[in-house]
Amino acid sequence: MSTVSAERLAKVFVEVADTMVDEFDLIAFMQMLADRISGLLGGPAVGLLLADPKGRLRFMAASDETAKLLELFEIQGSDGPCLDAYRTSEPVINADLRAATERWPRFAPVAASIGCRSVHAFPLRLRRVVIGTLGVFGTEVGDLDDTDAQVVQALADIAAIGLLQERAISRGEVLTEQLQAALTSRIIIEQAKGALARLIGVSVDVAFDAIRAYARRSNRRLSEIANLVVTDVASLSDIMRS
Amino acid sequence: MSRPDGPDGPHWDPSHSKPRVPSSLVGRLRRICDDAAQALSAFGVGVSVMTADGAHGIAAASDPATARIEELQFTFGEGPCIEAFAASHPLLIPDLDATAVRWPVYTPAVTEAGVRAVFAFPLQVGAARLGVLDVFRDHAGSLSRVELGEAFAYAERAVSALLDGHERTTDVLDEAFDHSAELFQAQGMVLVQLGVPLAEALVRIRAHAFATSRPLSEVAGDIVARRLRLERDTSEDTA
Repeated sequence: MSTVSAERLAKVFVEVADTMVDEFDLIAFMQMLADRISGLLGGPAVGLLLADPKGRLRFMAASDETAKLLELFEIQGSDGPCLDAYRTSEPVINADLRAATERWPRFAPVAASIGCRSVHAFPLRLRRVVIGTLGVFGTEVGDLDDTDAQVVQALADIAAIGLLQERAISRGEVLTEQLQAALTSRIIIEQAKGALARLIGVSVDVAFDAIRAYARRSNRRLSEIANLVVTDVASLSDIMRS
Repeated sequence: MSRPDGPDGPHWDPSHSKPRVPSSLVGRLRRICDDAAQALSAFGVGVSVMTADGAHGIAAASDPATARIEELQFTFGEGPCIEAFAASHPLLIPDLDATAVRWPVYTPAVTEAGVRAVFAFPLQVGAARLGVLDVFRDHAGSLSRVELGEAFAYAERAVSALLDGHERTTDVLDEAFDHSAELFQAQGMVLVQLGVPLAEALVRIRAHAFATSRPLSEVAGDIVARRLRLERDTSEDTA
């Protein structure tokens, strides 16, 4: 993997700054970051996980949300590079999957079965607290050099800062509240994916694309549209037309 | 605390033909309130069940005095529990003195009862709202970060207990409280398929898993893959 170009990196930072002053949608923001990091690294699946109040890692956003990758991110709740990065506060870089079956009994076989060859994970740090992790799962063998790793770590920390953007925050207790609110938003999105998929007879992946497209087009938050889907079924007809 | 067990209590559902043991649910909730009160150095903890259309009732409280305090916000139609439920967001009031204008009737009444701080946590799974867990303290001051995390964990236990309803006397599913995307997707699917509110969809899925002795994740997977359709009637409850 080649070192990311300064020019592309600068564009990402500009986009991040732009997003953070807008009407803020945390999950869409995290998806955008995952997309951009994936782009910078040449296309691996990139996902963001946040820890709930009990310290369990829960999926929040990814560059690719197909069901099989979702599972790979969810497994991090029990073992895998993301859990290690969360627990140690240190990145896991260039882990050799072939030698990882003992280290990650659940993650390694699933990762291998979908053609994963390179895995990396970075802690999401906020002040001195680790609040989650960013996972990078590539289908091609490739190494992250030191510069790449530093860039990804910086972007991971930006994702953590995004969490504090929704409301003006100074107290420590609010971080826990924000984390909880983010997790709730993510659950609502999954509930909405299921509802829409069932209603129009498509896969949950297609339903998600429709919800996402509708949120963008109507310039509203992803979680707001998702909430509408599951609390007001009549609203579905608008989204279906998309 | 006999009211929730009776026909006027929030958990009485005459449509179920099988004999119910609501006292087990109330017992579980009360244990959660007791544990939470102790862990959070609280004067008392109460759980109320609420629906979006305004129905409500106290499900359990750590003691009779707390039950009376919990009741006050419904009596007056104002207070942190009602607002936390409406906003789907916790409401943390470390010092009630600052809320005399916000809740002109509620604040003096609970202050009179010795409460100085209230922390209200909505009981919810995504967009499905079930009620609120209220933590009352006799001293002003915020919950620490650790206490706040614990309060969320107690709220989650209460959610789990409410979803299991009267079906269970043990905490079988609690250990594996499932946060997989597939389970939440299945909830959305059952919402549309059965035309029931999301909260009921959750209960149906868990009831089916329990009745067929299958893991929740497996049932959810079958629903999402369209291999399983839950029946419109609650046949698994009436066998």
